[in-house]
Amino acid sequence: MTARTKGTGLKWVGRAIRRLEDPALVAGQGHFTADLPATHWVRFLRSPVAAGAIGKIAAPKGAHVVTAADLKGVKPILPMLHKFNYKPVCQPVLADGVVRFVGEAIAAVVAASEEDAEDIVDLIEVEFGDATPVVDARDALREGAPQIHAEAPGNVILEGKVKTAGFDEVWNGAHKIVAVDVRSHRQNATPMEARAAHAVYDAASGRITLTCTTQMPHLMRTAIADVLGIPESDLRVIAPDVGGGFGQKMSLCAEYVVVVWLARKLKSSVAWTEDRRENLIASFHSRDQYIALEGAFDRQAKLIALKSDIVSNVGAYSCFPTTSGVEPLMAMAEMPGPYDVQQYQCLARGVLTNTCTMAAYRGVSRPIITLTLERLMDKAAAAFAIDPVDIRRRNLIDTFPYTSATGLVYDEASYKETLEMAVEAIDVPAFRMRQKQARAQGRHLGIGFATFSERTGYGSPAFAARGMAITPGWETVILTVDPSGFVEARIGSSPHGQGLRTTLAQIIADELGVTPDLIKVIHGDTDRAPYGWGTFASRSLVISGGATLIAARKVRAKLIKIASTMLEAAPGDIVLEDGAARVAGTDRSVSIAKLAREAYTQTHRFNGEIEPGLTETGTYDPPGTFSNACHVAVVDVDVETGRVRIEKYLVAEDAGRIINPMIAEGQVHGGIAQGIGNALLEEIIYDESGGILTANLADYMPPTAREMPPVELHHMETPSTQSITKAKGLGEGGTIGAPAAVINAINDALTPFGVAIDEIPATPQRIRAALRAAGKAA
Amino acid sequence: MSDKSTITLSINSHDHAIAVEPRRTLADAIREDCGQTGTHIGCEHGICGACTVIVDGEPVRSCLMFAVQADGKKIRTVEGLANGDTLHPMQQAFMDNHGLQCGFCTPGFLMLAVGVLEREPDISDDDLLDVLSSNLCRCTGYQNIIKAVRAAAKEMRGK
Repeated sequence: MTARTKGTGLKWVGRAIRRLEDPALVAGQGHFTADLPATHWVRFLRSPVAAGAIGKIAAPKGAHVVTAADLKGVKPILPMLHKFNYKPVCQPVLADGVVRFVGEAIAAVVAASEEDAEDIVDLIEVEFGDATPVVDARDALREGAPQIHAEAPGNVILEGKVKTAGFDEVWNGAHKIVAVDVRSHRQNATPMEARAAHAVYDAASGRITLTCTTQMPHLMRTAIADVLGIPESDLRVIAPDVGGGFGQKMSLCAEYVVVVWLARKLKSSVAWTEDRRENLIASFHSRDQYIALEGAFDRQAKLIALKSDIVSNVGAYSCFPTTSGVEPLMAMAEMPGPYDVQQYQCLARGVLTNTCTMAAYRGVSRPIITLTLERLMDKAAAAFAIDPVDIRRRNLIDTFPYTSATGLVYDEASYKETLEMAVEAIDVPAFRMRQKQARAQGRHLGIGFATFSERTGYGSPAFAARGMAITPGWETVILTVDPSGFVEARIGSSPHGQGLRTTLAQIIADELGVTPDLIKVIHGDTDRAPYGWGTFASRSLVISGGATLIAARKVRAKLIKIASTMLEAAPGDIVLEDGAARVAGTDRSVSIAKLAREAYTQTHRFNGEIEPGLTETGTYDPPGTFSNACHVAVVDVDVETGRVRIEKYLVAEDAGRIINPMIAEGQVHGGIAQGIGNALLEEIIYDESGGILTANLADYMPPTAREMPPVELHHMETPSTQSITKAKGLGEGGTIGAPAAVINAINDALTPFGVAIDEIPATPQRIRAALRAAGKAA
Repeated sequence: MSDKSTITLSINSHDHAIAVEPRRTLADAIREDCGQTGTHIGCEHGICGACTVIVDGEPVRSCLMFAVQADGKKIRTVEGLANGDTLHPMQQAFMDNHGLQCGFCTPGFLMLAVGVLEREPDISDDDLLDVLSSNLCRCTGYQNIIKAVRAAAKEMRGK
């Protein structure tokens, strides 16, 4: 909670001020989508089978049931990539003739209440043709596997390939090759608020207002207007308070299209609130991957080449806007992580299966590639008989800017410094002593390290490099000081828990010399906010924050210009502080409120030299900046039961200039919890027929307060040169580092048994099975 | 399913006379029939605890209780925590300690913690952790929720 503004000349940036979002939320006065009343309620009839032709649909007489046949003129969802041999596949908003996963929406039932609609759904009978589903990505790649889409033969929807020049020579000259095979099972992002949509028709304008749980309201407007073939101006999208997203709410939901279509047809209000079962089976999934990684090392244990084979199960359809490429292409581009290695070969495939569609989830592939790379490093350390810390010291990047084997440019960071910071704080020698003593008593403690880079705040060129038809990147902020002196920033980002209203207010406050509580940040309404891309990919503070700073500097310049006229002083002599413009070193001042009033009401005094009003726009599209961290987990593995208890968790992180340390730490804490869930607990399980065995929160288990260890955070600040606020993003780091740290710690604890745990989640069953297979803990 | 019972829900000392189907959950009745949308529904399985309210002094999952079962009982929800403009110490502590991010699970955590601490003000840290592990939060990683509840417990004991 320390102020970090020393020497920066900043008063608000760097301070752990309380969030402006909180008073309403702690009082139960937040506005969430499901709070809205509606005339018509929708429930979706979802497929109970994973594959097959849809036969007869028999609904009770008089029931209002909408199927694909009714949606004439509604286009399918067609996400596009223009690279990597991508095969465009269509997703009809309601299953059209065939179903491809359990949970796919076949029909929408409309009734006067949710309960009535649900009763009708239960009475509808659907016949399905026989078909054999394929659930596992490796099975889907086999010769003769069932085809999910005719457009993607062999079920490969995209294929990324990289091979650096000179790879073979370096590879063949290696001293040692070390290999690791990682299996990451499937996860669901599980925001506590499931999805919801509410659309209402306005007879006077003919417009629809869609309120929904989304991370990108403007793109939802564009996408839904495209699919329905209506002008965007006929649709207003509102993202009110959104109860967490973590990536799951950044894709276009077919259900939202249906709700808007119904509101237009019925000329009324229509609502759908997803239940938890639907969320777990039919929203978006993630992290279902196999990665085989091999590393070539020279005699000094220096990594000289990496070879990887990435198989990503993308489910039944491609998600919009990121497409099925989001996981495999992220994995391919960022596999080398924080290590200096210039030779790289990779094959990354996205594989269609009869499972729920994959989309972004906090960290996107990087929790898995970090796990894989960090397992490789620990295995290599063992092969060279050196310490895990030592092998990292020998390989971490320390010269900047650094261009990776895949062409990414890493800006200045502190990979080695955060490693050393963590090593010192955790006291490795003391731990090794304790570990030895515990082993003598039959207790198995382990320590695991994860060092990683986190690419954040990247603009449109990064998305263009993936060949995306839609390249989200820039952000716009419109900043207004109104005639009463209050400040309003309208932003295209769409925060949903990240505290952006507070952090942007801190940035503005420093520029304009006002207090953050006088600043309102308006977001999540396409009628009020400028077009923007929303909140995802650890981008908002960097990109929207940068746009905010640009706009604030312009407003500041104008305030100073007006003040210089009013105070008859040179602009260079005027400072903005404590709500006033002051001639430095004098008591001559005028309040910001007065300046603002003049800007609107006394424009005749400016002799045409100052434009009326006090509104400025900032747009920012940065190249991207890399945060970094070292995570350390200390675990206690019960070899009798396979249970893992995390004793301690330590993070040394660097995300550039921190705008609000309290909020930054909260992001790290939350990320670690999700990473621990990923490492130990959370798994969406399909049976062979494509049915889901984990359709409630007792079977799919996010961590509770009991599973969270105490977290100790250490900070460094390497101000970013690639971000005008000097801040880097950090929303995903916790999630990225935790699986690797925890799994490395488990493996360290189990060293005496000679087992390797390379599968997540590392459930007690998996740990016991590995120990049994090793024959040492039957 | 359309036979409705007439019941009275006393929410934060206001009586709401409503007619509900027997299958109506207390959570739905509070939100939809009584318009108190501060109580959130996260799973409808009794697992996440977002819908926790206090009924006759006990924290309960309002998604696992039928509205008719709460007829005539004293129900407290997040909207009734503050005393006018003065926040309850638990609300203040959640703000002071950054115990919330998206705020969706927050009303449930507030009511859970208040309900337990009113009955058991001297609860041990370890027992408190057990209590808090009965609700789910996906944003905070719980550290700051635990910190907030401990701070509020101290404050509540002092009064």
